[in-house]
Amino acid sequence: MSSYKIIDHEYDVIVLGAGGSGLRAAVGLSEAGLKTACISKVFPTRSHTSAAQGGISASLGNMGEDDWRWHMYDTVKGADWLGDQDSIEYLCKEAPAAVIELEKYGVPFSRTDDGKIYQRPFGGMTKNYGNGIVQRTCAAADRTGHAILHTLYGQALKHNTEFFIEYFALDLLMKDGECKGLIAWNLNDGTIHRFRAHSTIIATGGYGKAYYSATSAHTCTGDGNAMVLRAGLPLQDMEFVQFHPTGIYGHGTLISEGVRGEGGYLVNSKGERFMERYAPKAKDLASRDVVSRSMSIEINEGRGVGKEQDHVHLHLSHLDKSIIESRLPGITEAARLFANVDVTKEPIPVVPTVHYNMGGIPTNYKAEVLTGNDSETVPGLMAIGEAACVSVHGANRLGSNSLIDLVVFGRAAAKRAAEIVKPGTPHEDIGETETEKCLERFDKLRNSNGENSTAELRLSMQKTMQSKCAVFRTEKTLKEGVDDIRKAYDGMESISVKDKSLVFNTDLVETLEFDNLIRQAITTVDSAYNRQESRGAHAREDFPKRDDEKFMQHTIAWCNGKDSKIGYRPVTKTTLTNEVQYFPPQERVY
Amino acid sequence: MVQINLPKNSEVQKGNYYQDKTGSKNIRKVNVYRWDPSNGENPRVDTYEVDMDNCPSKVLDILNKIKNEIDPSLAYRRSCAHGVCGSCAMNMDGKNGLACTKPHSEIEGDINIYPLPHLKVKKDLIGDLSGLYKQYESIEPWLKTNTKVETTEILQTKEDRVKLDGAYECIMCACCSTSCPSYWWNGDKYLGPAVLLQAYRWIVDSRDDEKKKRLKKVADELKLYRCHTIMNCTNACPKGLNPAKAIAELKKMLATS
Repeated sequence: MSSYKIIDHEYDVIVLGAGGSGLRAAVGLSEAGLKTACISKVFPTRSHTSAAQGGISASLGNMGEDDWRWHMYDTVKGADWLGDQDSIEYLCKEAPAAVIELEKYGVPFSRTDDGKIYQRPFGGMTKNYGNGIVQRTCAAADRTGHAILHTLYGQALKHNTEFFIEYFALDLLMKDGECKGLIAWNLNDGTIHRFRAHSTIIATGGYGKAYYSATSAHTCTGDGNAMVLRAGLPLQDMEFVQFHPTGIYGHGTLISEGVRGEGGYLVNSKGERFMERYAPKAKDLASRDVVSRSMSIEINEGRGVGKEQDHVHLHLSHLDKSIIESRLPGITEAARLFANVDVTKEPIPVVPTVHYNMGGIPTNYKAEVLTGNDSETVPGLMAIGEAACVSVHGANRLGSNSLIDLVVFGRAAAKRAAEIVKPGTPHEDIGETETEKCLERFDKLRNSNGENSTAELRLSMQKTMQSKCAVFRTEKTLKEGVDDIRKAYDGMESISVKDKSLVFNTDLVETLEFDNLIRQAITTVDSAYNRQESRGAHAREDFPKRDDEKFMQHTIAWCNGKDSKIGYRPVTKTTLTNEVQYFPPQERVY
Repeated sequence: MVQINLPKNSEVQKGNYYQDKTGSKNIRKVNVYRWDPSNGENPRVDTYEVDMDNCPSKVLDILNKIKNEIDPSLAYRRSCAHGVCGSCAMNMDGKNGLACTKPHSEIEGDINIYPLPHLKVKKDLIGDLSGLYKQYESIEPWLKTNTKVETTEILQTKEDRVKLDGAYECIMCACCSTSCPSYWWNGDKYLGPAVLLQAYRWIVDSRDDEKKKRLKKVADELKLYRCHTIMNCTNACPKGLNPAKAIAELKKMLATS
């Protein structure tokens, strides 16, 4: 592979990804005096954090009494007891300070009458351990992610973070089970870059594009997850894929849960507010998995709206116009553009749409990556944000818990790296084997001249995932999924890449992304097939009950090519401190 | 009159013609600017016949269709596909916009797609925005506050918060700056509407304690006053923002301070 020009870099720490968590980590690392590089395949403000709408959770108590322990209980329950309670305690306890910090950075939060950060109700967020609705979700209108992302990018500039923008990461550099950095391809000029680092932090987000209909951006291909799989390390809880209740029918654009937080509600073809039947207390503000399943049942039982009766309506025209204007301007625009709907007059057609991956790279609450063997960590490797599975979201994430996850664990990773890495420590020699292996895969894909286009294989993968590994799952559909997804993988043997150049070769980028996606799709459907129970977002029609005895465990999945290996590791049943007690499993009703 | 000729290697040539293979009765011709830096050839315009019966409503859907079904070598940026990330800014039918929010039904006749004007092209529809990003950095887009309060937020009235509306929503797509003739001529010195809107966003933030310094920093013949109120920026903004008004406000603040 000597034909590729390789440029070497040495850093104390590198962050892969420049969304909310990557930027927050980069800021912390720069503050700590560590020489930091932040590598991203898109310009930072193009990252998918920008699409987060409704808000960021923290028990500030600006709109009535709140307590981080209540937030913790809600998160544990939302996670259907698959979350690790030490990490959840850390998340909820750190959340208020993290939001205050964001405000100090300059995030333009909406305000209350007394000038504090405005907070809105959100699904599953309650007061006093499930007794009534609390307003906990801090919002910048319905553009909270955008506001946070741009602000964090500004902070990174303030701290002189070194960015490598439009670099596509290929593989991790591993040596004797330790991570020594990574290799990336500079799209701007076609050169290959080898980044050495004492700590590599993966912040590459989710892999929503494994599915056909997702709110995810085209760039949500979980590149970091796939790099971890190729390094022989496992991913955790991949079967837990969140379907957001309200994606615009036919297009998939997200309509924030904030709409229901502000008083919007779902209606079936009979004009019924059907959520009252499924979640008598929380109604439309039940947890996302609950609402998505209820919608699917309504549609399956023939009470869907539209010509095909395959979606439902989200009403908000009864809301005060000034509330729509000031708090929901973004979704007003989205509904007009993508559903041709004037929200002040008509309902929005919506359908459950793939939105978030609870699963990902297993880590502890310090963001250190786990080997899958007990609590053993992988030296030199960390993961944060949607790419990571800490696990605070367990089997189902609560709305507005993802943005807080980004900043709390982005900060935690920086803190931990600053403890471990001494600035300026020299790098040991690692040889060329890993580089050779990485470039071999790159070169093989680049020069492939087969029969199958990347777009066809991707579509076949996406359709398989959409039909075989959806809101409701059965042994039969999952078995078909396990088989069909491998056909898409086999298609790679004869894949074709037409563009052979190296500068902005987006044909090759999409092919590398497909190679990343298909590995995650395999682990997802295999993990789902093996989990014979229903928990959170994983709803098995043939195993409708939660089985704590057998399955209150994290799935651990390794994937080598199309072969996967499934194992389990226990959920953490202890809290971090004595300030809160462990919440034992209960029946989960809203 | 002076005749200005393009350098020979910049002349746009007629490119490839991709005939429809689906047999569709509902075809539109899509002309797309192509340039590959690696083969030494001149830029060209390729024409694709696209089956509109099986194409969703936006220009980005057309490009995705071309890339997925006709010509995978076509290069363009795209990400969120719903107008929040700003990746797919380009020139369509002679007007800058986001391909993911621009309905192709609004374009009559053949559909012409070019990169954003007056940027160095990196490949096909991908323009070089590094100059604009540098300028963004130069306005120091972060809150500068002397507050000593650490445990609570800095209070801001609803009235003060409203002042940020119309400014903080900017997605940095560069549709405005690359539509501005002043920016075309003096893009290296004039900050342009996108960056000035961001400068304004921090200047009017009631929590910021360096309003005066920030104002002074942009009060420059070239950085600010190259705006001649042409208003292309406001016309171009795919988010419905009004950078021209923000620039006017900046000028007003300077005139009255």
